[in-house]
Amino acid sequence: MVERTPIFNAVCQIVLFIGLLTVLLPFLIVVIAATHDIRTVNTVPMPLVPGSDLFANLHEAWIRADLGRKLLNSFLFAGTVAAGKVLLSSMAAFAIVYFRFPGRMLMFWLIFITLMLPLEVRIVPTYAVAANALAPFQAILDVTGISWLIRNVSGLQVKLEWGLLNSYTGLILPLVATATGTFLYRQFYLTVPDELAEAAKMDGSGAVRFFVDILFPLSKPNMIALFTIMFVWSWNQYLWPLLITTDPNFGIAVTQLKHLIPSEFGLPDWNVAMAGTLIIMAPPLIVVILMQRWFVRGLISTEK
Amino acid sequence: MEKRATFSSTTIGLLFALPMLVLIFVFFYWPSGQALYWAFTLEQPWGGGNTWVGLQNFRQLLSDPYYWGAISRSMVFGLGSTSIAMGVALLLALFTDREMRGHKAYRSVFIWPYAIAAPALGLAFRFILAPEAGFLSLINQIWPGLWNPALDGTDAMIAVIIAFSWKYVGYNFIFFLSALQSIPRSLIEAAAMDGSGPMRRMWDIQLPLLTPTLFFLLVINITESFQDSFGIVDIMTQGGPARATELMVYKIYFDGFKGLDYSGAAAQSIILMGLVVLLTIVQFRFVERRVHYK
Repeated sequence: MVERTPIFNAVCQIVLFIGLLTVLLPFLIVVIAATHDIRTVNTVPMPLVPGSDLFANLHEAWIRADLGRKLLNSFLFAGTVAAGKVLLSSMAAFAIVYFRFPGRMLMFWLIFITLMLPLEVRIVPTYAVAANALAPFQAILDVTGISWLIRNVSGLQVKLEWGLLNSYTGLILPLVATATGTFLYRQFYLTVPDELAEAAKMDGSGAVRFFVDILFPLSKPNMIALFTIMFVWSWNQYLWPLLITTDPNFGIAVTQLKHLIPSEFGLPDWNVAMAGTLIIMAPPLIVVILMQRWFVRGLISTEK
Repeated sequence: MEKRATFSSTTIGLLFALPMLVLIFVFFYWPSGQALYWAFTLEQPWGGGNTWVGLQNFRQLLSDPYYWGAISRSMVFGLGSTSIAMGVALLLALFTDREMRGHKAYRSVFIWPYAIAAPALGLAFRFILAPEAGFLSLINQIWPGLWNPALDGTDAMIAVIIAFSWKYVGYNFIFFLSALQSIPRSLIEAAAMDGSGPMRRMWDIQLPLLTPTLFFLLVINITESFQDSFGIVDIMTQGGPARATELMVYKIYFDGFKGLDYSGAAAQSIILMGLVVLLTIVQFRFVERRVHYK
């Protein structure tokens, strides 16, 4: 700016530096604690010079929390949820923006209102639905009398059942629907020039063709931005995976943190706990650092 | 906004929207309806369906001092963490926006906390704030017994608020900085030419222009404090000591899955849902009416 304000600049720099320390300190402590042995990590104050046990601790945490399997599950889970969100919201927004059928706006609002129903507040009934994902349809058939009709006509008892507990499907499917993603794509489609669709129609392309060959390539920046934030979001999910996967084969990394809490008896092995924390928090952090531009862009354009 | 060129096939349009509609029906609307049904009924102990009990679940809930405790704790938690997270983020964003030396580094590092999973930072802060090891244990060496989140409810609440605010400083920072950067530079330059210093400009130009963002973040932070707090509480304190950190979502989880009181948990869900809906509506109304300076 035009003026010189050395004192105020110094104050700013100091505040920013303190902020930097506050942000970095927890990371530093986690990393340093992960390098100590169990005795050093429990001394007060903990020495800030890194010890030499990093790999032993990482190894111990890896085994204790079964991280090989769990990280793989986490990648699978977060990747699929994010990809599913991108695909489904691009399709839903396409239907809302590029078609003129009755009930289109109702659809938009139905999707949009789900913003007000976060998973945490409807957790108990959602769990019940996941135990049998076809229960809603069964109930509809029962209430409308269709199952009674079928029983009387064909003698078959309609019993729809599809349990999702302890499966990848159950872990992933309930998290795939997204209002924010649909909203982002809708905004993007509205900025696509009308001439493109007109030209495509004139050349004889149908809706599917237009979507796959023109909109899809055009929306790459959107896709990357949405995928980045959704990947980080899904990786960090805790409550749903905790409930739905009691079978350790389907567990994900973040819920394993519970097994890393040191026991209250004996000397707490915080060094192993911090090593495990380090491994589990690293992937989304790396994504954010490497994809910062996309991450920020995605976050800001979806939340407004 | 309407498109000029559209496709006419209703079938294809519906097919495109179908997957999303099925998912939100099965996993959003059906469970919400179910919660509503459970909230007004009571399950028979030995099976045999639910009986309609009207408002009894709610009456029971609202006369339960533990529930009111959870509500007031959620308020303390929400307001405490929101004001810390927003205040700190605003200050950092205002200063980073002055683009002094090193601002690029600040700009990227301040975002990092938001990448960390709530339970992971819960475990990290559980260590950092542990009374016998870690970092705050230093206090206990000087004044023994002053800090003990495992026994003292207030300390435990402070600990979860610190952990949550730390994460959301990153989140708020992103929004504040982007809002600051969208303020036309010419405005600030004109004010500087007229002789106003940097603090004056922050107070009289940048802050007023930030009010929409401030309000948006206020609502988002409070809503997130209902939801994202679960992982932190579950790892750091598990609602204890003596329910001192039992927030609303934690109580729903506990009553529903540990106490198997579906009706009570459903009634709590309905109340929380009402709160979230209210906040969202307030936000939209405000955003609709917000002042545009462009």
